Amino acid sequence: MARDYVSRGFVGKRRAPSLANRVPPGQYLTPDFPVLSAGPTPRTPLERWSFSIEGLVREPARWNWAEFLKLPTQSFVVDIHCVTKWSKLDTRWEGVSLDTLFEHVDLDPKALFLTASSDGGYTTNMPLAEVVDGQAFIAHTYDGQPLAAEHGGPARLVVPHLYFWKSAKWVRGLRLTEADVPGFWESLGYNNHGDPWKEERYSG
Amino acid sequence: MPPLDWQLGVVTSLRDETASVKTLTLALPQWMPHRAGQHYDVRLVAPDGYQAQRSYSVASGPERVGEIELTVERLEDGEVSTYLTDQVVVGDQVEVRGPIGGYFVWEVGMGGPLFLVAGGSGVVPLMAMLRHRAAASSHIPTRLLYSIPAPGSILYRQELDALQSAQNDLEVFYTFTRTSPPGWRGYARRIDRSMLAEVTRPLGPTFLTYVCGPTLMVEATATALVELGLAPAHVRTERFGPTGKEHSP
Repeated sequence: MARDYVSRGFVGKRRAPSLANRVPPGQYLTPDFPVLSAGPTPRTPLERWSFSIEGLVREPARWNWAEFLKLPTQSFVVDIHCVTKWSKLDTRWEGVSLDTLFEHVDLDPKALFLTASSDGGYTTNMPLAEVVDGQAFIAHTYDGQPLAAEHGGPARLVVPHLYFWKSAKWVRGLRLTEADVPGFWESLGYNNHGDPWKEERYSG
Repeated sequence: MPPLDWQLGVVTSLRDETASVKTLTLALPQWMPHRAGQHYDVRLVAPDGYQAQRSYSVASGPERVGEIELTVERLEDGEVSTYLTDQVVVGDQVEVRGPIGGYFVWEVGMGGPLFLVAGGSGVVPLMAMLRHRAAASSHIPTRLLYSIPAPGSILYRQELDALQSAQNDLEVFYTFTRTSPPGWRGYARRIDRSMLAEVTRPLGPTFLTYVCGPTLMVEATATALVELGLAPAHVRTERFGPTGKEHSP
């Protein structure tokens, strides 16, 4: 609606044209790394940490912290976009590609979706096709340092091409499913898919 | 869930809360009742089509039919907050959509006791909860712990004083982190575990907690409450970073 609407006297702060094509609609750039979460920051000791893949796989897989760190690590430089409107360019991470993790399980062809689940009970869902082929990773290092707890450490999922709530902090496992099961924010008014370039912020 | 359409609100009043914080009242053509704690997105559009969006918590309670109040802190480097606090006059149109957010919300039906913790302008969504509680004539035991740098930073001071003098089991505690009023005998430090233990003791062992403020304050408060034995599921948080107001998720 309201296509002719103009905010009287509004000029705005324009970004450099060279960056404009990297910032999705309705987003602004921040040099900071804001912290957002729905509750207290969980702090699981590393000796009790594990990561599992279960659901529609022939054999579930599980790694403890030491085992997880031995998996092949890659570097990623990605732009991230939070539904609360901030975007941050060229964030630098190290972690394990989901492609690498999936090499350790036999994915059932019926698996079409996954739910990531975290310490503290957080969940988020996405299509399997959108986290393979280099599209997602489990990060344990940010900007050369171990990932801080408030940013999701010891390890978080990162799915840069979706709004950042899909990049579950404190992630502990992935469950492969045939049906799509809405996660935490997806059940509380936020979009089920969350593509920032289509501005899929909210449900409806 | 009904679709969230953009709509053009009309500014019907403007009120200075402090030197840098202003409350805008918007009449909405497609008003619907929000849940206390929810926010609206504001979209500004320049003549050439350039747009900027931010989220602002609703300060009013859902009992205010047909309009919402947004309380906006002017951020020096802000793009939207400077426009809303410096340029908008009564009668202007502001495009909004909402209400948004389904977790950082409280309604009388959720019960209590209720513990609200605010840092600076983080008090705004909590004020909506207190206004909703008052409109419902609720006597759910409630405490607000409100951290501000100095007396001049307190939002809604008169209303908070009036609400708590109504003898309805609401108490407000201020803590001043930089400058206290002359003769102040209350808290004058950042929120810490012993302060939280003292303020919440009369609420009993368990209560619903909502914490909103700057990241460091929210982190410290939520962590201390869990250390004091509160279940993490009873602590709902909303944070804003150095660049401006943010919202869950």
